[in-house]
Amino acid sequence: MIEVKNLTKKYGGHTAVRDISFKVDKGIYGLLGPNGAGKSTTMNIITGCLAATSGTVLVDGHDIFEEPVEAKRRIGYLPEQPPLYMEMTPSEYLVFVANAKRVPFEKSIRQIKEVMTITGLAGVRNRLIKNLSKGYRQRVGIAQAMIGDPDTIILDEPTVGLDPKQIIEIRDLIRHLGKTKTVIISSHILAEISAVCDHILIISNGKIVADAPLAELENSADEPICIKVKCDEARAKGVISRLFPKASAKYSADGDFTLISLTVDDSEKVRSDIFFAFSKEGIALTELHRDDKTLENIFLSLTNDNYVEEADAEWKHYESPEIDSKSDDGGYTPLFSAKNEEEDENE
Amino acid sequence: MIAIFKREFKSYFISMTGYVFLAVMLVFAGIYTMAINLLQLSPSFEYVLSNMTIVLMIVVPILTMRTLAEERRSRTDQLLYALPMKLSSVVMGKYLAAVAVYGLCCGIFCLYPLVLSLFGEVYMLGAYSAIFGFFLLGSALIAICVFLSSLTESQSISAVLGVAVLLAIYLLSSLVELLPATALGSLLCFLALIAALTAIVYVLTKNLIICGVTLVICAAPTLITYFVNSTLFEGLFPKLVEYIAVFDRFYSFADGIFDLTAIVYFISIAVFFVFLTVQAMEKRRWS
Repeated sequence: MIEVKNLTKKYGGHTAVRDISFKVDKGIYGLLGPNGAGKSTTMNIITGCLAATSGTVLVDGHDIFEEPVEAKRRIGYLPEQPPLYMEMTPSEYLVFVANAKRVPFEKSIRQIKEVMTITGLAGVRNRLIKNLSKGYRQRVGIAQAMIGDPDTIILDEPTVGLDPKQIIEIRDLIRHLGKTKTVIISSHILAEISAVCDHILIISNGKIVADAPLAELENSADEPICIKVKCDEARAKGVISRLFPKASAKYSADGDFTLISLTVDDSEKVRSDIFFAFSKEGIALTELHRDDKTLENIFLSLTNDNYVEEADAEWKHYESPEIDSKSDDGGYTPLFSAKNEEEDENE
Repeated sequence: MIAIFKREFKSYFISMTGYVFLAVMLVFAGIYTMAINLLQLSPSFEYVLSNMTIVLMIVVPILTMRTLAEERRSRTDQLLYALPMKLSSVVMGKYLAAVAVYGLCCGIFCLYPLVLSLFGEVYMLGAYSAIFGFFLLGSALIAICVFLSSLTESQSISAVLGVAVLLAIYLLSSLVELLPATALGSLLCFLALIAALTAIVYVLTKNLIICGVTLVICAAPTLITYFVNSTLFEGLFPKLVEYIAVFDRFYSFADGIFDLTAIVYFISIAVFFVFLTVQAMEKRRWS
């Protein structure tokens, strides 16, 4: 079990992780966030590769900063770039890792064999790592994390740069690991996280913005009903407020049309009521639909707001006043530039 | 530590580094033995070793340039940080592997006096104490170069830095004569040194307060001592500089003296720089 409390990490003036707290028990956990959100930094701190500015990390009750050796023994870690010695073969490399993790000799032989079978490395065990493809290197990296039989395995973007077949294989491998161990994986790809994880932590701009089981997160949404009618705003407002006096609704004009986004409990009856109400007034109803809240929408809605806001604030902080991001409308999209800036800082 | 040592030692001989190091050392040892012992008919292997110090100066940085710089470049240092192992044992493993390769070379040197004894009388104790001294000198230099390797990401920078630093140390004993030996001269040199230290502290911390504190802590006692008793400063700076001249310590071995203070000196240099290396690695976790 891993417990992270009030973790903060600053790089000079830039805060990569702000006051993060979460707990991880059995299962597969996904750490999700845009580039530069602080995923890798968080993982590096949990595994003891980086020191935190403040906060604590407990691994099965052992503080990673106070008792690093005991804590690290319980964690297997695959960094973003697999830490492989190119001049070694996979079997030499795994023997080295097993020795370095102080696995007893007899046990290490058994473990290396087992790990190689699970990761499918048996066929390439005597080839030099530098001659292996990216997919196999990734597997050697995962195998390395599994050596020493740690309870928790942390994989930083394990499927980046792999082909679709390899991605599916690595996912199967992660699912297999998740049956017996705690697995934490990070990714900025949603499909990946929703495919394998039971529990999702969304990080944005160094903060945790969501921490819930996958199913709960997917059901959590009440997406508004979107309605498009051919009339002006006042008429549309009249119809809707007569029909749903209490419901909240937003209106916006779009040429001859009015777009309404209405937050009510969705049902057949509600939809037919809306349809008949407008047709009675002689207003053409051209659209009536409700978006299913996919993980993607949740992700975007959670990460966008404070993302743009904070990046904007930082942006203004850096730039001279005449380049105001808001006043400049010529094809300027704040999200895009905010993302770029984040990425630059990440590098 | 043993796992790191084994891997590191093996990798010296998987890559060319180990072989190149041994080859260069042995070729030059052979040339000097030929010139000094065989052609000039001298029975002292010590003279060969005192000439070899200049070769050592160039090959030690090549031996150690990879140690930590390469780990950092290929991001394998992340594995070292994540292993359930203290950083000090990681660095010790790496340091000892380099020392072991060098020890192999000194082991081969041990055969030379035996060969020479076939042709005449060789003072064995002198020859072997010189080889022992040479081994310790090399171990101290390796520690210095391992530290330099931990500072950069590039092998070549680490090698160039190593050669430059060792060359400076090598030339130090002749530079000492140029330094002012008067009390005022020494004081000024110390103050310049303190200013440099403060500048380094500022670059590392970017904090003016820490910087000022360092300046006061270092400069105040120096100035007070100078005004209380200025005779203390006479010739102090050159003496201090002489103390850093690692190579000079070896020459007493070459002259046939088994110098215990030199042994302690070499070992403390090695321990100090291994310690600094661990701190440099530790520091990287913080930035």
